[in-house]
Amino acid sequence: MATPAAAIVKAGPMAELPPPLQRLSIAAWMRENLFSGWRSTLVTLLLGGILLIVVPPAIQWALIDAVWYAADSSACRAAAGACWAVIPEKHRVMFFGLYPYEEHWRPALALLLYIAGLAISGWSRTWRMSILLPLWTALPAAVLTLMLGGVFGMPYVDTSQWGGLPLTMVIFTGTIVLGMPVAMLLALGRRARMPVIRVLSVFMIEFVRGVPLVTILFTAAVIFPLFLPPGFDTDKMVRIVVGMAIFFGCYQAEVIRGGLQAIPKGQYEAADSLGLGYWGKTRKIVLPQALRIVIPGLMNHIISAFKNSTLVIIVGLFDFLNATGAAVSDPEWINYYTEAYLFVALVYFLGAYALSRYSHHLERRLSLGRQY
Amino acid sequence: MFGRLVLPAALLGAVFLAPVAHAADGPTVKAIKDRGALICGSDGTRPGISAPDSQGRWGGFDVEFCRAVAVAIFGDREKVRFIPLTPVQRFPALQSGEIDVLSRSTTKTLTRDTVLGFNFAPVHMYAHTALMVHKELGVTEGGQLDGASVCVPPGTTIERNIADFWTQKKISYRPVVIENLKELNDAYLAQRCDVMANFLPGLALIRAVQAPDPSAHVILPDVLVKEPLAMAVRHGDDRFFDIVTWTVYATFEAEEKGLTSKNIDEMRNSDDPEIQRMIGEKSDLGEKLGVQPDWVYQIVKQVGNFGEIWEANVGKDSPLGLDRGLNKLWRDGGVLYAPPFQ
Amino acid sequence: MPQAAARGDASPVVAFLESQTFRAIVYQFFTAGTVAFLLWYVSTNAADNLVRQGIATGFSFLQQEAGYDVGEKWIEHSARDSYAQTILVGLLNTLYVSVLGVILATLLGTLLGIARVSRNWLSAKLSAAYVEVFRNTPLLLQIIFWYALLRQLPPPRQALDLLPGVFLTNRGLIHPTIVSDPIHLWILGGLILGVALSVLLVRRSRLRREKTGKALPVFWPSAATITGLPLLIWIAWGMPFTLDVPALRGFNFTGGTYQSPELVALVTGLVTYISAFIAEIVRSGIESVGHGQREAARSLGLREGHILRLVVLPQALRVIVPPLTGQYLNLVKDSSLAVYIGYPDLVSVSNTAVNQTGQAVEIIFLMMLVYLTISLSISLLMNWYNRAIALRG
Repeated sequence: MATPAAAIVKAGPMAELPPPLQRLSIAAWMRENLFSGWRSTLVTLLLGGILLIVVPPAIQWALIDAVWYAADSSACRAAAGACWAVIPEKHRVMFFGLYPYEEHWRPALALLLYIAGLAISGWSRTWRMSILLPLWTALPAAVLTLMLGGVFGMPYVDTSQWGGLPLTMVIFTGTIVLGMPVAMLLALGRRARMPVIRVLSVFMIEFVRGVPLVTILFTAAVIFPLFLPPGFDTDKMVRIVVGMAIFFGCYQAEVIRGGLQAIPKGQYEAADSLGLGYWGKTRKIVLPQALRIVIPGLMNHIISAFKNSTLVIIVGLFDFLNATGAAVSDPEWINYYTEAYLFVALVYFLGAYALSRYSHHLERRLSLGRQY
Repeated sequence: MFGRLVLPAALLGAVFLAPVAHAADGPTVKAIKDRGALICGSDGTRPGISAPDSQGRWGGFDVEFCRAVAVAIFGDREKVRFIPLTPVQRFPALQSGEIDVLSRSTTKTLTRDTVLGFNFAPVHMYAHTALMVHKELGVTEGGQLDGASVCVPPGTTIERNIADFWTQKKISYRPVVIENLKELNDAYLAQRCDVMANFLPGLALIRAVQAPDPSAHVILPDVLVKEPLAMAVRHGDDRFFDIVTWTVYATFEAEEKGLTSKNIDEMRNSDDPEIQRMIGEKSDLGEKLGVQPDWVYQIVKQVGNFGEIWEANVGKDSPLGLDRGLNKLWRDGGVLYAPPFQ
Repeated sequence: MPQAAARGDASPVVAFLESQTFRAIVYQFFTAGTVAFLLWYVSTNAADNLVRQGIATGFSFLQQEAGYDVGEKWIEHSARDSYAQTILVGLLNTLYVSVLGVILATLLGTLLGIARVSRNWLSAKLSAAYVEVFRNTPLLLQIIFWYALLRQLPPPRQALDLLPGVFLTNRGLIHPTIVSDPIHLWILGGLILGVALSVLLVRRSRLRREKTGKALPVFWPSAATITGLPLLIWIAWGMPFTLDVPALRGFNFTGGTYQSPELVALVTGLVTYISAFIAEIVRSGIESVGHGQREAARSLGLREGHILRLVVLPQALRVIVPPLTGQYLNLVKDSSLAVYIGYPDLVSVSNTAVNQTGQAVEIIFLMMLVYLTISLSISLLMNWYNRAIALRG
């Protein structure tokens, strides 16, 4: 036994290693991270080469040779670079779509209120019922009043005339606000002990998750009115929001179900032993924990809903993307769609990226209490 | 005691008296009146035919006829809401009652009149499917288009018409079918397609308004298929169909009788018995139709006669610059012919 | 309920009425009733509306002549064919886009995921930037953008000649194809046989290794059978090889195969978008395999290739496959965005049918059913695969 052990185990102490470097020199850092072997060197050279070919002309086009402001498109045609002037020129149509021109201040104000409201409610100090409840009743009321009008001397503007970024905001928010309760009910329904409710929930969730959003939007926009008695008017935009909410809700239900499954049985039993009923147990014990566990998943689908709001253009609503498309179909500016679409992409990116950063922040913040 | 009898008595009275007072409104007219506005499905992307301007006000040839219907019912050209519809959405929207009337450059066909469940008002534009090509191709007639890529709006009669046309000519083609009209136009203008197939006014519009250089496009002389464009309503309310039908006739008849939005106030005092029957103080035509008593007067005053509507939106001096062609009165060699207003 | 029983003063009937079982029955009855009522209400309304307006119903339109052409097709099709056949053409296009998209997105996504965890700073950062940019912009916007960009390519007469016979124009990518020959079926047969033989060989080798600890050489023999068999058949048949080379004639190229700009834009959009998600899945899969596993494998003397294949991948795949299934499903469903740029997929072709027949309810229902079938098939397939790679025992 002694002989083989001696072959592996050293008898004396090993030589001391140099202490790890606190700060690498630039050369050492590069050696470590860019040129650590022949493969790494090859990758670095290849990618670096591509960057060198692509980046300088892109900067030249987007920044140096660009036209930032022009009264008409002739300045753009003369320039070699990007024509960002299309955005100041067309910003009213892009941001507000078909909304009556003289009334644009209303959706603009609504949008500002909404963003301010989001910023306030994203800040954890305001997470009190005394603040959030009034905020979230007053805010939608104010936004909808501004958008719809018909009171306080503001002319009525039908939802068929809504457009641009405010419409995107209404659709996105409507989807989340209507969709979350649907999601919770379906998730609970799928875990219910009652077979009828369970089967119905499963059927609903799996059906909606199995079809594209486009078909749901067609159903909501095109054929749903056929299912109602004649003379029963429903607003097309509302129908579309409801369709998107159901789609969102079915995906979110699966995320919440994951959270419900992760809650230890003891929690349920402890709640039972306190004499809480089903709804009390669900509302006070189960859902708060389940939702907290699945925040990353929830936020993923919220971000998806934000991006999916662009699909309404397939059923003819004038959201931000569609309004931009309409703006650049003006023959004078038709060649500068790249700039316009890049700008739209930037706006969506900022929105989605902000949401995903916020999700990370939330996840860290809420898990603090659990790291005892 | 007396109070308890009032309501049943009133109901009973209403039931018996209503048909006597005037013809009862059908479900569509009733819904329109309760709502206080007509809902008109239209295109929304074709300036001159149907589009909101930069301030969101709708205008165009198709739009004006909807406004005329609103004038007949309410006496007010603003009491109409427009819903932009893609080709695919338009029929379900009408079938489901989302809109009351469809005025979206829709061709009257047998199928649509029957199995789709619609009724068509008199044709307000006689058009045909035509082909437009890029001038640099040097094409002069459709038979030379072997192997061409053709941009087509989907779900229209045009899609079928070009299939028939190329089959008849025994040559091949490659359809590019894009539902969104803007994308479709952009595809043609970027030479994704050699040919754009559309009804003639649509082509004129693309050339005049959407093309950066109108002279780079030629509309070929081929007449593929007749495209009589008309407003459509759904089955189930004949009274409303009557209103829409006679509103269109009123614009024809007004032109025939020389009534324009400018002279209508003077003409109201005309001695001509036919004009008196139409727009006189004692005219009972509106009552018979179940609309405003002075409906023809209001239509001409607020919207104009057919010729005025044509010239203001698609005529020679408009960007579209269309010739009236068949769309002239019968006495001028066209086919517009309104039955007698009596 | 225990409390009810404990009270003792309640009769059995009251106890039953207060019991959870009874309440559950009531709730379920109520829910089922509501759902049934809604379905009944909706369907009678629809039926009434359709009958009152004299709108045609039923699926008999599927046998009627469609009367319109489809730009891209995998089977013979003309305007004389029925709606059913026309919709099938659209379905095949949807499947084509999906298969192409899944393959390309998996390749690109895996590459990006590996780059993301690589020790090379540049590739990790670039991959991260790619993922953030493409994941956070709407897919439809990306597709529209690619399509608008592709339209700016030159028209056929000024086509970019990339390689001999390969042209890039705003009509799409045109490349030569091999003229089909009856021998192709035999070559395919040879390929399948080769794969089957290799699978047998791998099995044999594993059995041998488990028994004796020595594996048979696998890689080179399988490579030889898989490529050799079809090659042999081809040579034996006298090496038939004719290329259909595209040439500019009239307005367009004749010969060769077109990949239309609609298709290219759609597939590019789907692949760039979905691959960003796949990259994240691959990254989390690789990171889920603890460092200790690699170190342990290394200390056992396994080579790097073996470590990846025998230690890391099998564990990572267990984490990767379920969310990957979700992304594949998303890709298939998102391919329906084709309708916006006019690639003739299932939705696009059906839309035309809706317009011509006016039977929106039937056609949208049919469309949903088809997608549901595709989704369920993919789910089943991937679940089966997931079970195959799951921990046993």
